[in-house]
Amino acid sequence: MLNILWILLLPLLGACLPLMAARLGRAWCAGLTVMPVLIALALLLGTMPAVLAGQVLQCELPWLGQLGLALALRVDGLSWLFALLILGIGVLVILYAHYYLDKRDSGGRFFALLLLFMGAMLGVVLSDNLLLLVLFWELTSISSFLLIGYWYQDSGARKGARMALAVTGAGGLALLAGMLLLGHIVGSYALGDVLAAGDQIRAHALYPLVLVLVLLGAFTKSAQFPFHFWLPHAMSAPTPVSAYLHSATMVKAGVFLLARFHPALAGTEMWGLLVTGVGLATLLLGAMTAMFRHDLKGLLAFSTISHLGLITLLFGLNTPMATVAALFHIVNHATFKASLFMAAGIIDHETGTRDMRLLGGLRRYLPYTAVLATIAAGAMAGVPLLNGFLSKEMFFAETVQARVFGTWHLLVPIVAVIASGFSVAYSLRFIRDVFFRATPSWLAKKAPHEPARYMRVPVEILVVLCLAVGMLPMFMVGGLLSVAATATLGEPAPAFDLVIWHGFDTALQMSLVALVLGLVIYHFRRRLHAWHERLPLQDIRFVFEAAIQGLGRIGGRVANGVVNGSLQRYMLLLLLMAFLLPASALWAWPHWTGSRALMPVDPVTAVGAFILCASAIGTVMTHHYRLAALVQLSAVGLMVALAFARFSAPDLALTQISVEIVTIVFLMLALYFLPQYAGNRSSRGRLIRDAGIAGIVGAGVAALAWAVMTRPLESISGFFLEQSVPGGGGTNVVNVILVDFRGFDTFGEITVLALAAIGIYSLLDGLRIDAPGRPRGELINPHPMIMTVVSRPMLPIALAVALYIFLRGHNLPGGGFIAGLITAVALILQFVGNGVNWTQERLHMRYHPVLASGLLLALATGVGSWVFGYPFLTSAHTHVHVPLIGDVELATAMLFDLGVYLVVVSATLLIIGKLGSISAVPKSTEASH
Amino acid sequence: MELLMAVSIGVLTACGIYLMLRARTFPVVMGLMMLGYAVNLFLFSMGRLATEAPAVIGRAETHADPLPQALVLTAIVIGFAMTAYVVILIIRGRKTLEHDYVDDRVNERDHGVAEQGLSKRAVAMPETPASAEADGEPRP
Repeated sequence: MLNILWILLLPLLGACLPLMAARLGRAWCAGLTVMPVLIALALLLGTMPAVLAGQVLQCELPWLGQLGLALALRVDGLSWLFALLILGIGVLVILYAHYYLDKRDSGGRFFALLLLFMGAMLGVVLSDNLLLLVLFWELTSISSFLLIGYWYQDSGARKGARMALAVTGAGGLALLAGMLLLGHIVGSYALGDVLAAGDQIRAHALYPLVLVLVLLGAFTKSAQFPFHFWLPHAMSAPTPVSAYLHSATMVKAGVFLLARFHPALAGTEMWGLLVTGVGLATLLLGAMTAMFRHDLKGLLAFSTISHLGLITLLFGLNTPMATVAALFHIVNHATFKASLFMAAGIIDHETGTRDMRLLGGLRRYLPYTAVLATIAAGAMAGVPLLNGFLSKEMFFAETVQARVFGTWHLLVPIVAVIASGFSVAYSLRFIRDVFFRATPSWLAKKAPHEPARYMRVPVEILVVLCLAVGMLPMFMVGGLLSVAATATLGEPAPAFDLVIWHGFDTALQMSLVALVLGLVIYHFRRRLHAWHERLPLQDIRFVFEAAIQGLGRIGGRVANGVVNGSLQRYMLLLLLMAFLLPASALWAWPHWTGSRALMPVDPVTAVGAFILCASAIGTVMTHHYRLAALVQLSAVGLMVALAFARFSAPDLALTQISVEIVTIVFLMLALYFLPQYAGNRSSRGRLIRDAGIAGIVGAGVAALAWAVMTRPLESISGFFLEQSVPGGGGTNVVNVILVDFRGFDTFGEITVLALAAIGIYSLLDGLRIDAPGRPRGELINPHPMIMTVVSRPMLPIALAVALYIFLRGHNLPGGGFIAGLITAVALILQFVGNGVNWTQERLHMRYHPVLASGLLLALATGVGSWVFGYPFLTSAHTHVHVPLIGDVELATAMLFDLGVYLVVVSATLLIIGKLGSISAVPKSTEASH
Repeated sequence: MELLMAVSIGVLTACGIYLMLRARTFPVVMGLMMLGYAVNLFLFSMGRLATEAPAVIGRAETHADPLPQALVLTAIVIGFAMTAYVVILIIRGRKTLEHDYVDDRVNERDHGVAEQGLSKRAVAMPETPASAEADGEPRP
């Protein structure tokens, strides 16, 4: 049954069409919009015989099976009825909107959103999976938000859209929670399983929670009290949107949910009280408020709220006949309310206002529209021979039998009659105030006229449907209602007969009372309005906006309290967390000391450790005198290098010492641009606090290091030690690991080095900074003679050493990293001893190409092994006999190491050279000294 | 020997963290470097301590664990790149913000301009930071 899938997909995919067709012109745009809808409608009608025969058509494609989410669709009586409303009224709304939209409005955007909404709504009613339903439910909220805010230049539209999204979005979250709980109770997210497990769900301890969550979703969407306030503000949307989303389809999603989950959730006392109570309150409140609205669309909005309350109330009564009545009223309300909205749009379009106090006598100018609107309003009021009358009669009959409220059972019929009285009164007002009475002079001057022929067609079709259903109910909708009720109830629907005359029974008497009451209310409308204006009512929009802004303020205060923008504080919190988390786990750990035999302490190492600690503490004590602190810091680095040497890591010692030199030179240069002295202004308490934190974190790290070092070693290094010579062709295992076993890591690291160098270059490029307090070029004797003299012959010696270190690296301590750093140090010495300008004149080296070629060489070595059918960076090695030097083992890894060497040299010089050149005295100034 | 190493690592860590908590950028960089030494030594010591046992085949009877050494070797070089990058950032920061504090909110709050937006930041930097939070010097 892939046809069902296409019914859903056509509008969703078709949403691209109007966007693409927008350039072709308005007629193309609307025409291409309506095409997928018409095809989907034809497909839907194609399934009619099967559905009327009581079949349930299903279609399931797997999606996220592990989450229980499947693209599962079902077409039964209920979903077919809703899909028909969505597609049928959708076609009419597209036609109407084509004439309604102004030439300046973007038709492409409007129709695309409309189709998106249509697809989402079809998804809601066709879903056969709870999660899929929630997904489409959210999509309807979002597309509704976008459509309400279609005229985003208007602040009212933006606020209305935001409010609608906040309310329906919050309800959507509640619904998601409810659906997840339902799936948890039943053990499946398939709709069929859930509907079949009604008894299990109702008996479950979580049932009240599930019910409340699902009802929150339904009530927010269907604008039930106390969440009704968003719907009137959604009326800032273009009128076709109001007609389609906010009366015929989307707001019906809530009552659809009540119908869909009827077999699973209904039938308890809690359901009856909640649903009936909320429906009753909404029915009365909506009807009364509608009477006090002067805006045509405002009146229709509150009338919609009231009718949705009526439908909710019917579902709450929970009898089979009430369900039939509710479904019937859903269809009737969709037809007459959509046509009334369209009529209101026509009036607005032709006169420029929707205020009933300004309008009057329009029947002379818009006679057809007047007739159509009058019939539709009659249906809304429940006038005989129209469809609204029939469902309202059924409604009255059900309210009389309602026993939900026990001894208060008369409350339901009484409220129903009063609300219907108001309904009659506002319908009468809609017609009489707009089309009858005397014509105001401004309107006579304007002389409005009937709209375009085809703008009226959708209204005509809907009004004809009102009449046809009203006169031939069984023929028009009898069969459909029966299968829809069967699908809703989960059991065969009761036999019912929709007739216009069924004797002078209670229901008819109630209808008559309501009609008379309506006339009385209309007669006293001025007094009612005067009374209403004295009521201390607040515009809910301001209340809502104030609440939202208050929430934002509280959120901001909380966020600012924690995230106050102080990096110092973040650092503190971070360190505290880093200490507290392991500390809380290790607090009572008894095994701080392991079983490994300790090494004896020798005096030289002890002195070295003392110097290390003393220089570290000295750095801290003197950190305000920055140069002094830096010198002591370099002593720390030196001692660390010696520690590496002492504990059998010659490669590390060589690397550390050369990096140390480069870093300290670099920091010296940097200090030139920073204040040399920074006095202490921190409070004593703060210093003690920081020292305390530093102390405990340091103690924790020391304890951890101790715990590890005193334990026996279980290392994976045995593999590297065994394979270094046969597999990597080198005896220096550290270097073989770097360039061979873990060569890919090294490649990543030299890439980082290159990136840092380029980043620094671009940060400094074009920058000119004067040192604080020292005008440029005031250094006395920048390059001492002895330095200059000594540094120059050092260069060839240092380069020879670097070459030696590089070549032996694979077998003895050394390698690309260390050789690169030694070369860099040798060149930096020239900068220091002879000045930036002198050195750069003689050093014909452009760092960027060298950097890139180093990276490329390393990469090419890796890729080269692919040519021979080996994995990336597989090395090959061989022995070569070189005269004078002897037997040399050559490995492809040396090429890789050469790449490393080039990157290290060029990156280091790029960094130092760039910083040096911005501090350098410009050449002309130097010459004059 | 292990105790000496553990204490040294602890002292380096503590000194590094203390400096990183300072209010001005240069001590923070020194603190980062110090913490870098501590972390490198810590990683290195994960291979346990051994003397006279370089990981060069044929040069010693036993071999120290070469894997932490290889990790630390690249860590030293990357540490240099990171330090250099941070230093360049603070030089640029000093040029742009006209001060060398880690935070500038601290000073804003004291001068009551915190609510008035970012554009005031550079302008509002005081000659003498009066804040108890900041340790500063009279600006040149």
